[in-house]
Amino acid sequence: MLYKRPLVALTLALAAAWSAHASAGELVVSAAASLTNAFKEVAQGFEKAHAGTKVILNFGASDVLLQQIVKGAPADVFASADQKAMDKAVEEKAVKPASRVDFAANQIVLIVPADSKANITALKDLERAEVKRIAYGNPASVPVGRYTQAALQAAGLWDAVQAKSVLAQNVRQSLDYVARGEVDAGFVFATDAAIMPGKVKIAVRVPSQTPVTYPIALTTREAAAKEAESFVAYVLSPAGQAILSRYGFQKP
Amino acid sequence: MSDPVWVPLLLSLKVAGWATLLAAIAGTAAAYGLSRWRWPGRDLLDAILTLPLVLPPTVLGYYLLVLLGRRGIIGETLAGWGIELVFTWQGAVIAASVVAFPLVFKSARAAFENVDGQLENAARVLGVGEAGVFFRVTLPLAARGIAAGVLLAFARALGEFGATLMIAGNLPGRTQTLSVAIYEAVQAGDDATANMLVLVTSVTCVVVLLAAGKLVPIGAGQRNGGGR
Repeated sequence: MLYKRPLVALTLALAAAWSAHASAGELVVSAAASLTNAFKEVAQGFEKAHAGTKVILNFGASDVLLQQIVKGAPADVFASADQKAMDKAVEEKAVKPASRVDFAANQIVLIVPADSKANITALKDLERAEVKRIAYGNPASVPVGRYTQAALQAAGLWDAVQAKSVLAQNVRQSLDYVARGEVDAGFVFATDAAIMPGKVKIAVRVPSQTPVTYPIALTTREAAAKEAESFVAYVLSPAGQAILSRYGFQKP
Repeated sequence: MSDPVWVPLLLSLKVAGWATLLAAIAGTAAAYGLSRWRWPGRDLLDAILTLPLVLPPTVLGYYLLVLLGRRGIIGETLAGWGIELVFTWQGAVIAASVVAFPLVFKSARAAFENVDGQLENAARVLGVGEAGVFFRVTLPLAARGIAAGVLLAFARALGEFGATLMIAGNLPGRTQTLSVAIYEAVQAGDDATANMLVLVTSVTCVVVLLAAGKLVPIGAGQRNGGGR
């Protein structure tokens, strides 16, 4: 009977698929875009060590992830690429302040396309007329943009660079713009530049005004609090730290 | 109205206006060509020209980025002439016209195919040249259908987001259209600006729809036809 009515069968199948998504033992981790490659491996390692728990990863600009959590997205762990996004999370009561801990450190670098002929070797080279477009994350929502802004302001170059800015939605978009040669230079984390060694090269290691440290915290969602706690413990454990260091992250 | 609202609104109208113009000309020309000349591969071309309607905007954005980027097949040639499209408002126009094109194309093709061939032949018998037949008989008869497509195209171009973001980026004052500005305001948690922007967008769309209703009254065609 059912098979004679494909529309009914399809509706039932869709309904079943709908209800299947929220199952037990699932843990949602919202992590900064720069953690994409490293956290995929961290999640695999965690799943191997904790059979039965599935980690669902959600990557994006830290502030975007924060907005999602504040507006009720079901995330259990929040890993941010700077302290400011985590400060906001604490302010908005989106995370448990006591669970907050720094788990990694990074460095800001200025990258250029691998075949660049602009010969950029210092930040002040960005003022030159032949450097037309510079990509970095939007400081309003992307941590790497805030680090960039602070460093350029300290160097007295912010106005000159801002006039040439191409704002990216997250750090990986800046990386992609540079790798495609659509911009002349871009600011990313050292760990991002390391992903595309054939396409981009580091021109300048940028001294940061504030230490580039990554905080992680448990959200106020209780659904998977136990699993979330053990995930954070795994990130801080020697096994988790080894994975992060393999991707170029330093200890905080 | 404040700058964070006014600037993206004007930019959106400028981009959508240009995109609609391009889509209207190209869409009408392609529709006329496909409705008049029969040749193998016509159906395939029709499918390809309709593709932007069904493809995800991110796919279109990627195609455009690969074709028009500094290292793209077309982009490299254009760069040689000093023309750059990526991260410019002209790039946003290209993205919007590509997504709006099928709406004009589909409506215009249906309109051209509904034109009675006997009327065109009558004009020819009376000694009107082919160009005259097109501009004085075929086009006026198909005008209502084409206009409906053009209005839809304008609405679609005004709301274009995905492909625009990929090719034109998010440069405040230069390529940040209304929909991109809303996306950014929401991402940054700036709800006040987001509220203002969605309100302006909604009002603009209502105005466009009202204007569309005035320009192309629904049912007017039937009334004219019935009065013969």
